[in-house]
Amino acid sequence: MDSAEFIHRLHFAFTVTYHYLFPQLTMGLAPLIVVLKSLALWKKDQRYDDAARFWAKIFGISFVFGVVTGIPMEFQFGTNWSHFSKYAGGVIGQTLAMEGTFAFFLESAFLGLFLYGEKRLSKIAHWWSAVAVFVGSWLSGYFIVATDAWMQHPVAYARTADGAVTLTSFWGLVLNPWALWQYAHNMTGAGVTGAFVMMAVGAFYLLSKQHVEQAKVFLKVGVASALIFVIPLIGPTGDGQGRNLAEHQPVTLAAMEALFESRQGAPLVIIGQPDVEKKKIDNPIVVPRILSYLAYRDWSARMSGLDAFPQSEWPDNIPLLYFSYHIMVGLGTIFMAVGVIAALLLWRKRLFESRWMLWILMLSFPLPFIANTAGWMTAEIGRQPYLVYGLLRTANGYSKSVSAGNGWFTLLGFLGMYTLLSILFLFLMRREIEHGPGAVGATLQAGVK
Amino acid sequence: MPTLWFCIISVMLTCYVILDGFDIGAGAIHLLAARTDHERKQVIRAIGPVWDGNEVWLLATGGVLYFVFPQLYASSFSGFYLPLMMVLWLLMLRAIGIEFRAHIEQDVWKTFFDGIFALASVLLAIFYGAALGNVVRGVPLGQDHYFFLPLFTNWRVGPQPGILDWYTVLSGVLALVALASHGAHYVALKTESELNQRARRIAAMLWPAQLALTLFSLVATLSIRPELLANYRAVPVGFIIPLAVFGSIVAMFIFSRKGNDLGAFLASSLYLAFMLVGAVFALYPVILPAVDPRYNLTIQNSVTADYALGIGLRWFSLGIVLALAYFVFIYRMFRGKVKLDERGEHGY
Repeated sequence: MDSAEFIHRLHFAFTVTYHYLFPQLTMGLAPLIVVLKSLALWKKDQRYDDAARFWAKIFGISFVFGVVTGIPMEFQFGTNWSHFSKYAGGVIGQTLAMEGTFAFFLESAFLGLFLYGEKRLSKIAHWWSAVAVFVGSWLSGYFIVATDAWMQHPVAYARTADGAVTLTSFWGLVLNPWALWQYAHNMTGAGVTGAFVMMAVGAFYLLSKQHVEQAKVFLKVGVASALIFVIPLIGPTGDGQGRNLAEHQPVTLAAMEALFESRQGAPLVIIGQPDVEKKKIDNPIVVPRILSYLAYRDWSARMSGLDAFPQSEWPDNIPLLYFSYHIMVGLGTIFMAVGVIAALLLWRKRLFESRWMLWILMLSFPLPFIANTAGWMTAEIGRQPYLVYGLLRTANGYSKSVSAGNGWFTLLGFLGMYTLLSILFLFLMRREIEHGPGAVGATLQAGVK
Repeated sequence: MPTLWFCIISVMLTCYVILDGFDIGAGAIHLLAARTDHERKQVIRAIGPVWDGNEVWLLATGGVLYFVFPQLYASSFSGFYLPLMMVLWLLMLRAIGIEFRAHIEQDVWKTFFDGIFALASVLLAIFYGAALGNVVRGVPLGQDHYFFLPLFTNWRVGPQPGILDWYTVLSGVLALVALASHGAHYVALKTESELNQRARRIAAMLWPAQLALTLFSLVATLSIRPELLANYRAVPVGFIIPLAVFGSIVAMFIFSRKGNDLGAFLASSLYLAFMLVGAVFALYPVILPAVDPRYNLTIQNSVTADYALGIGLRWFSLGIVLALAYFVFIYRMFRGKVKLDERGEHGY
């Protein structure tokens, strides 16, 4: 608890976890706003324009929070992880700088146009600005995922004389095969967040009998997108990620499943608490052979357990990794069930009257935030004890010149600041949701800012 | 190639200072300039649509700096750990102030968040100035290229400096005055009637202080780092830069007197730009001077490999052309239909 390494890890983990609550919402809502704008153009129906305007305001607020909490992320590469930056900056500096150059300017320029320009733009031009915001936010996601993917699976680099790494192939870095799967998985995850939030607000309006027409639009678009995003979330993208792990980080996969001993036909643990000291799982409930199948498409394939690897290569927090992974997978399964049931009810035209389902939809919105967070924890804790897998250990990456005391000082500062930000965000959200999607002119004037 | 990137980063940083500078400055003076709730709302509206876009320049500049000079990024960010973290908190406090202020109904809380917004803006301007002062003064870099600065030590410019000493505090105060006047010109430009008059009066009052501090800081800089004149002596054309600084500050005065708010704002932007250009011209090729000059970080010993720089130049050119295209597109969209003062959409 008192080591500088620990505090720098906690510092980054806390700030990035908090930060990512906002981008997952904006990246998830962006395509839905495009869908709403497209429906408005196609069906020439004012309701869709009102809906898009409402969600644009939610988007705008979340975007501001994403920027404000995102600047610390970029800074921390230098402030808290200077040795890592010196080591890897020659490679991942590319993707981080591209994010600024290609994605942020696009996103922020067109967001202003989209939020404030509706009355002055033609309908087509306003639609295009929504598309530009969508492209900007998804590009931004790609560059960040490509950065992380390089840390998970370093490619396209060479060592330099002073012990750092340097880029050897631009396209090798940008098209890292790890990045492609991870991106697809991450973006479908963000899409689920956007869809569940939209459904939840729709369900809330229907249950409280306000903005009923808008609520139905939210639910229709939300349910359809939830289904569209949740299916590829599980297969092929989640599955693809798992097989990448089996190939390149087998020790991580063993730790995620708390598979202490190598065996053929390895089971999948559904419930149980790993006991790392005794190398067993308490009160396990397992499904036989599934793990071997998922990893190698062979029911009796031999899976390497943790015993196959030296302990110095094990992720350093196996229980947390195990739970993060299981929470993610468990919630993913629940999303699938919720999405399918809601879609069936919608198809049978019974969703709007099924109060029990509306209650479920309204209360489910925190779950994708938890699942996305757990997913990233799985990726990042699973990468330990490395910062750049196989190349640079976490213990060699933090800022040696910044003491643990200074780390605690600023972490506590961030805790306080983010408490204030949370209060502000909830306050603004409550205000927008209470205001609702009606009254066209007035809400536009009130604006986001 | 490293020199080209050095110039690109300097230009990006200058854009950031000019753009975020006016909204920080507007925050710093808004308690003085705007008296009524209505007037304060106008100030917030003048910067509301642009302030977070302006901060995007900070992110973009940081990203490019990271990729071109990883060693500089690693050394300076970890060494300036404390002030950078405080800058982050102040940026957040400003956001909190602006957003709450715009949406909360009770007057008591409006007053409170106006205060938060103003205080965070004032401190941010001082911190940015002090940061620049630290870079000009030099830091105790060791052989390993790392250092760590406490907030203050004995307030002297010596071998064990802190973030704050008399010189960097002077830079901070200069930055506060310069950005406050920049912000005052912006508010004057974007508003009408009484608020406009008051913003102009504030700018006029700040002007003598800005002139005096600029001269004083020039003298102070040359007294603690006389070697900064080396580049100017080697390339005497460089002396145009300090002349341009004084030219723009005089232009500010003339435009202010004539009531030409746009002219005064542009002159103020030029002043900030030339101040920064003067500093980077003096430093080049050093990007972070050390107390012991053997350990200076220069563009040569901090730069990344040639391949990365070359490929970076290609995508960066594309990216900047695209970014310019967005702005041209946005200007065309709004051309002729919107008065500049309406909601401040005239770009980021």
